[in-house]
Amino acid sequence: MRQFSWFNATSLTLGFAFLYLPMIILVIYSFNESRLVTVWAGFSTKWYGELLQNEEFLDAAWVTVKVAFFSSTLATVLGTMAAQVLVRGGRFPGRTLFSGMIYAPLVMPEVITGLSLLLLFIGIGLDRGVLTVVLAHTTFSMCFVSVVVSSRLTSFDRSLEEAALDLGASPFDAFRLVTLPIIAPAVISSWLLAFTLSLDDLVIASFTTGPGATTLPIKVFSAVRLGVSPEINALSTIMIGIVTVGVITASLVSKRTALQQARAEQAAARTA
Amino acid sequence: MAQSKVKPKQSPSTAAFEPWNDPNEKPLIQFKGVTKRFGDFTAIDNLTLDIFEREFFALLGPSGCGKTTMMRMLAGFETPTEGQILLSGRDIGDVPPNKRAVNMMFQSYALFPHLSVWDNIAFGLRREKRDKDSIASRVDEMLRLTRLEKFANRKPHQISGGQRQRVALARSLAKAPKLLLLDEPLGALDRKLREETQFELMDIQETTGTTFVIVTHDQEEAMTVASRVAVMDEGKMVQVATPQTIYEAPNSVYVASFIGDVNLIRGTANLRNVATAAPAAPESESETKPEPVTKIETDEDPRKPQPNDYGKWLHDRLLAPILGQRVDEPKALPAPTKAELAAAAELQAPVDVPEGGLTIDWAENTPALIAANGDPEFDGNEVVLALRPEKMGIAKTKPDAPNVMRGKVIDIAYLGNISTYHVELKTGTMVKAQVANTRRVSRRNITWEDEVWVSFSATAGVVLTE
Ligand SMILES: Nc1ncnc2c1ncn2[C@@H]1O[C@H](COP(=O)(O)OP(=O)(O)OP(=O)(O)O)[C@@H](O)[C@H]1O
Ligand SMILES: [Mg+2]
Repeated sequence: MRQFSWFNATSLTLGFAFLYLPMIILVIYSFNESRLVTVWAGFSTKWYGELLQNEEFLDAAWVTVKVAFFSSTLATVLGTMAAQVLVRGGRFPGRTLFSGMIYAPLVMPEVITGLSLLLLFIGIGLDRGVLTVVLAHTTFSMCFVSVVVSSRLTSFDRSLEEAALDLGASPFDAFRLVTLPIIAPAVISSWLLAFTLSLDDLVIASFTTGPGATTLPIKVFSAVRLGVSPEINALSTIMIGIVTVGVITASLVSKRTALQQARAEQAAARTA
Repeated sequence: MAQSKVKPKQSPSTAAFEPWNDPNEKPLIQFKGVTKRFGDFTAIDNLTLDIFEREFFALLGPSGCGKTTMMRMLAGFETPTEGQILLSGRDIGDVPPNKRAVNMMFQSYALFPHLSVWDNIAFGLRREKRDKDSIASRVDEMLRLTRLEKFANRKPHQISGGQRQRVALARSLAKAPKLLLLDEPLGALDRKLREETQFELMDIQETTGTTFVIVTHDQEEAMTVASRVAVMDEGKMVQVATPQTIYEAPNSVYVASFIGDVNLIRGTANLRNVATAAPAAPESESETKPEPVTKIETDEDPRKPQPNDYGKWLHDRLLAPILGQRVDEPKALPAPTKAELAAAAELQAPVDVPEGGLTIDWAENTPALIAANGDPEFDGNEVVLALRPEKMGIAKTKPDAPNVMRGKVIDIAYLGNISTYHVELKTGTMVKAQVANTRRVSRRNITWEDEVWVSFSATAGVVLTE
């Protein structure tokens, strides 16, 4: 192995500093005693206490969790179905086009997604509120789900499903009893991913939200426009915590079970 | 292509299982002009084939010749590009796999990794909505059969390769289907277990009447279990026949060399002139051979030397009164037993060369080979004489046989019960002769570099065209 050079150390430090310094500062200031964000006046957790008293923030937090839960669940169901069809559906006209198109929303500017959804909701006369935010979040997190699940399905031995069919299982039973248990880790981790994506979305939510459906990011954003308060810092710290836990869990779940499964499948396949 | 002449045993009274020879028998599976293409690659090429109920049908062929594809069409995972597949007379083209009374054991086993061995085997039974007790008893029966009782609760990745193969086998057997497709079912088993399982399979087949189609790379296995063997090449059936016919009368060089070891001797065929047939090997002294000794035909034990009449008289009348009664003790080596004599007689009996057939000119300045079973139609053609090594004799002195060839021992492969001698003929052709090792090593007199005679009878080979 090569020597860990000074150059490498510096670039690593700089890169990570660039990524994480702002967040670290935010976390530190959330424990600031002073109301002034830029002046350190000693350690305190009082802003967390105050945050818990703030009805508006708590409401927004509740809305956010609801939206995240429903949209990620819906996205997981739809995304898994889409992945199943695209990977397993056999050849049908336009399949390549469809699989390509499923990735498009990943790179589409959020403003455009938000705007188009807004136009759609207005067009069909759907009142904006929690429901529209849920739908909007479902649309964009669904493609993440289907990307994760289809990558799992591609590496999944097709003959397992065939064996299930061969033994008399209906295609639905084969999916339920064989495919789903095996891809479950990928499904769970994509649900967690969709959940965190929905938690921190601001742009699409602000396009599609309505009265009584203010999500936490929207609340934070509008609060900040009136001036940054340590309360916001505390809130943001909590959100960073939740998102971090979510992402780490998702990756751990998928990695560990993927490893396990790979081992199991390898072993189950002929040890030639 | 050469058509070997095998007369099918056509007597309805025999108990022999030969439904393919019975015109009234309805086939269980019929392939009718089935072609399967993947893109522009033809995996199965215009296949027409009948497989009958209770058959044990073995598919043999090199890797990639379409064996698995054929099975997948039967199981319903591939649809024929052209042609029809009938099961019990019904076109199964649009019957989905889960509605077919066909079970398949996958080449890759395809065990469900998240289910235990027990649940893997029970999977198919549960789909039939059977009651719990009958499922449990059937699974246990299968576990016992495949000797997996101890592993019932393990997951597939916690057992060995051979055990996994047995789970796959048990799982496909559990439903007792009408037709069972086994894609290399026994490849990962050790020899002993494989042989036991082969007999187990034949047993199952006899008791349940299931029809088996089995893919194997092991021709010995095909020979052991199969009622008929199909040799495939690049999506085509080259020969479909009983194991014995495939082995003894292959219809092409391809089949001959695919199944077992074979010596191929190329030459030109000539119609055999019956009148001058016998002395194909001119120096043969077959006419002057002394009659085998067959005189000692007494019921007394021939191992005890018996005095002849004159000796007896001499002894009784003259010697005994003077010298006293002589104690009869064997003074010579025991004479050969009756069985030994019979064997010797057979060896020495003048070779009975059937008439007709072909002679094959295969090398200059050597007598033509006699193939009394050769098809006269090949007269004048370039032909290949296919000879199994075990039909070849090898000796240091010139044997009395219709066909002899001179050569030098290049290599000897000792295989325990048999030895294979690799002999280079004068023409440079290598042939193999296989001899049973009935004597101990020290007693065998042929060794490396020895000049030897390789011999075979007039009907030992099969004449084929390429
Ligand atoms: N889905 C497919 N798409 C394209 N080609 C295929 C497909 N399945 C099989 N083939 C080709 O068809 C041919 C026959 O394949 P098949 O699996 O039947 O061979 P096999 O006789 O079972 O060989 P092996 O003894 O190695 O298992 C191969 O050349 C293979 O590459
Ligand atoms: Mg195969």
